[in-house]
Amino acid sequence: MIEVEDLTKAYGSVKAVDDVSFTVNKGEILGFLGPNGAGKTTTMRILTGYLPATSGTARIAGFDVFRDSMEVRRRIGYLPENPPLYPDMTVETYLDFVARIKDLPAERRAARIDEALRKTNLEDKRSELIKRLSRGYKQRVGIAQALVHDPDVIILDEPTVGLDPKQIIEVRNLIKGLAGNHTIILSTHILPEVSMTCDRVVIINKGKIAAVDTPQNLTSQLKGGQRVRIEVEAPERRLREVLAQVPGANRVEIEPERKGARLAVTVEAAQGQDIRSEIAAKIVQNGWPLFELRGVSLSLEDIFLELTTDDATHAQPSS
Amino acid sequence: MHGLYAIYRKEMGHYFVSPIAYIFIGLFLILTAFFFNVILSEVIKQSFQMEMQSMQFGQPSSFDVPAAVLRSFFGLLSTLILFFTPILTMSVYAEERKRGTMELLMTSPVSELEIVLGKFLASLSLFAIMLLPTATYLIFMVLRSEPMLPWRMLLAGYAGVLLLGGSLLALGSFVSSLTENQLIAAVITFAASLFIWVLDIARSSDTGASAVLRYLSVIRHYEDFTRGVIDTSSLIYYFSFITLFIFLTVRSVDSMRWRRA
Repeated sequence: MIEVEDLTKAYGSVKAVDDVSFTVNKGEILGFLGPNGAGKTTTMRILTGYLPATSGTARIAGFDVFRDSMEVRRRIGYLPENPPLYPDMTVETYLDFVARIKDLPAERRAARIDEALRKTNLEDKRSELIKRLSRGYKQRVGIAQALVHDPDVIILDEPTVGLDPKQIIEVRNLIKGLAGNHTIILSTHILPEVSMTCDRVVIINKGKIAAVDTPQNLTSQLKGGQRVRIEVEAPERRLREVLAQVPGANRVEIEPERKGARLAVTVEAAQGQDIRSEIAAKIVQNGWPLFELRGVSLSLEDIFLELTTDDATHAQPSS
Repeated sequence: MHGLYAIYRKEMGHYFVSPIAYIFIGLFLILTAFFFNVILSEVIKQSFQMEMQSMQFGQPSSFDVPAAVLRSFFGLLSTLILFFTPILTMSVYAEERKRGTMELLMTSPVSELEIVLGKFLASLSLFAIMLLPTATYLIFMVLRSEPMLPWRMLLAGYAGVLLLGGSLLALGSFVSSLTENQLIAAVITFAASLFIWVLDIARSSDTGASAVLRYLSVIRHYEDFTRGVIDTSSLIYYFSFITLFIFLTVRSVDSMRWRRA
């Protein structure tokens, strides 16, 4: 549905988007993950036809976004970072306006507006002036306008920013409900959002793609072997010696933060080895009080940090 | 051209929810009504003087009061337009850019021409609505005149006002698309209009350049209209002027894609 090839956008010597390539299949939800300034918004603006690219191509539904811009625009719904609202219009009037400029035929307009209002839970706000709505409702109107003409592709730039937790869940469910019938790209710098809603993730940093994969693959790829976290009261040096003796243990990392005499330690094992029982046995053997023992998985956050920090030091596991 | 109509509707809707439009129109009408009165009394006074003079010389007076009023009144209108049109156009593009709705329009299947024309026609419509009540004073005067002034003179005059106004609105539209600051847009539009006015003064001299200036003068064409003359060369002039600035505005809107970093 969406094909991006070697897309580059340069401002003078600075490349906001640097040789980016990816595809999105029909009905898929693709997450665009990256720190602020990574090039997410710029890429989206190129896809929607707002910005021209410096080089490379992008195609949506087979149409080139530059050469056949009008055809592309008919088929996309777009929510920029700040919802493009007219404060003096009512929600209904606004959606009607958007439906018109998106070239939705007159006979379908009323039904589509009702549908968009229903999907975003805005039915009882339909006659409300937009300037009177709270931020959360305004965001929903923004999403409604991206849906109103039933586009094949929906592009959402940070759709949950500024919403309270309840609203965030609602929006995420809404997005998940749209998949299949619509192809969706959403950008965010909120990591859990990606693992919860997206089929695949593109991690982008400083204009370049750092990784493209499913959230699960990314976590297992970088996971390496098992990681075990223990909290134990033991002398540091002796503990290191003992742990090094555990078969399969590769790396022992002791956290600098101490709770009294208690140490928090992460032990990394080689692939395929479960070292937990060994560690437990060794600790008990030495008579050290054991407060916690658990397996830790590398979360997307860790991967994100690993992929997007300059200094590619080993990622710290999240607890 | 579906987008054009949608944008036109939206613009008109926005004009009339804001109290500023009503204040604006009200002020304009108060001024025109006041000046109409002044002009009428002055012209009548002048006509009596002329009559006295010609009676002294034993000649019949031929002072056409309604025509003189018409000319002066349309002259006044042109001056008022100079001040009012920059205010009409200053926010046309600035607001959209500030709200981010320009991005919505430019990622929707509407052409830049539709956007520009929709907005221009809306501002022209507002302008026409503003003018309409002033016609009542003139119509009243014409009906009362003996011999009755030909309607053609009234129609030609208003045609001139609309064309002159349209030209300045097109100019203001262009300037408004260049900047995000409404105040700067208004000031520059006013200055540009003033410059065109000033250029007009040069046309009375006899140099070769003055012939060119005479054609380019926005005022001269207007004055012809106020005399009841609808000249094709003037029509072409105004349509060219408006087309030029609409074209420039379209290019300017398109360039907004490149302007943001």
